[in-house]
Amino acid sequence: MARKLKLRIWRGDSTSGALKDVTVDVNDGEVVLDVIHRVQAEQMGDLAVRWNCKAGKCGSCSMEINGKPRLACMTQCASFGEEETITVTPLRAFPVIKDLVTDVSFNYKKAMEIPAYEHPKDLAPGEARMEQVDVERSQEFRKCIECFLCQDVCHVVRDHEENKKSFAGPRFFIRIAELDMHPLDTLRNRKKTAQEEHGLGMCNITKCCTEVCPEHIRITDNAIIPMKERVADQKYDPVRWLGSKIRKREGIL
Amino acid sequence: MANGVFSSSRAQIPERTLRTDKWWIQPLTTFTVLVSFIIYATFRAFENGNYFAEPLISPFYSPCLSTECVDGASLLGTPFGIIQLFGMTISPALLILIFPLGFRMTCYYYRKAYYRSFWFSPPACAVAEPHAKYTGETRFPLIFQNAHRWFFYAGLVFNVLLTVDAVLAFRNEHKEWGHLSVGTLVLIANATFLWLYSLSCHTCRHTVGGRLRNFSKHPLRYKAWTIVSVLNHKHQNFAWISLFGVAFADFYVRQVASGAITNFYFF
Repeated sequence: MARKLKLRIWRGDSTSGALKDVTVDVNDGEVVLDVIHRVQAEQMGDLAVRWNCKAGKCGSCSMEINGKPRLACMTQCASFGEEETITVTPLRAFPVIKDLVTDVSFNYKKAMEIPAYEHPKDLAPGEARMEQVDVERSQEFRKCIECFLCQDVCHVVRDHEENKKSFAGPRFFIRIAELDMHPLDTLRNRKKTAQEEHGLGMCNITKCCTEVCPEHIRITDNAIIPMKERVADQKYDPVRWLGSKIRKREGIL
Repeated sequence: MANGVFSSSRAQIPERTLRTDKWWIQPLTTFTVLVSFIIYATFRAFENGNYFAEPLISPFYSPCLSTECVDGASLLGTPFGIIQLFGMTISPALLILIFPLGFRMTCYYYRKAYYRSFWFSPPACAVAEPHAKYTGETRFPLIFQNAHRWFFYAGLVFNVLLTVDAVLAFRNEHKEWGHLSVGTLVLIANATFLWLYSLSCHTCRHTVGGRLRNFSKHPLRYKAWTIVSVLNHKHQNFAWISLFGVAFADFYVRQVASGAITNFYFF
């Protein structure tokens, strides 16, 4: 059964913009992306919106709905009150291109700064064997769909543009953690570079990244804090530091 | 110059947040509860009295290490004499509270709680913070958050001592074993909550197995890590429960020691 839904959609570009009111039909079961498409088809033909799978798996339709970073395709219209006006804006941590579309290239630059997996030199392709218990921690992080909602909500860059130079962000901390926990990765300085080059120490673990993750990856508890502890092992724990010097344990951990 | 969400390249939206829910309730509640605890704990730490009523000792004063401690309250002896500062006698509680205080101050959960509620960094998710500059935990003094593991180890020692206190509470006022009072239950609950808080700690999770790359080579540590991981899911809950637990245990002992109530014995 159709009903009317009131929306406020941000229209504009990098020079100016404003919230525009619009009323649109909504049917049972529809999500915010559906009604945005209806607005685009019936009332705002030039409304820019990025989308692709409509199934919460491509990470394209990231936007802010009533001020919260969310996937529009996974946000049920029924979750809002009938009299409520839903405010839809682009991600507020990234430069806006047009309407609901932002320039997320910051994230691709950061991705390129993370060194890739390094395979053991004495293992030929196809010879590698790993046990499930050794890889399941990393597998959680592979669920990431790169919607960049965690990057958007992280106040380190959201509220401080200047930190973008030195801070990789939660999406890339789970990438670093995934590789550092990988049983076969041979690159040994990931902890050091996480702290000194990718800005791990700037995270103050307020867990907003975890709260917005549509894949429910426990970014803070399972990636960022374990990485902070691994860094503490190397940089802030004199007993561990002495032990590693004496016993050269790094190679067997 | 405009920064953050008001940067010139971003969508020009004047509001600090467009959230419509009551996002401020959580930081306000956290602030209120923590300030209440700080006020109560400060009062009790400086009160220097009403902390021992055989066989119960307040967790704020255990172990009581000063020669000033009342008879029977010093489980580990009295290595410290009476310490005076500016003419005031320093309470024995002040000799030990730095350890549990440091453990909670550097705890990953409490960091989230007080960064949000006291420092507004940020006050809530997607709510712009008021600070012009942010360096996180990379510089003095916040770089000392990395000392969490040292306070964790110290906290374990205190847990053992408070567990011993709970066991000693199976005695009566005449130091005879085989008795159970409300105070016994209070101290047991306090010790249990503190153990759950410590064992669910992220540093504990890291120490027992989290730092490993190959769980398959360390099955016992993997098992321990799995158990601690289950507890770790509830770390926030244990942090609050143990905070209330230690405050209530102290309050109960205070009431008994001051004579306001009588410690009821079941047998």
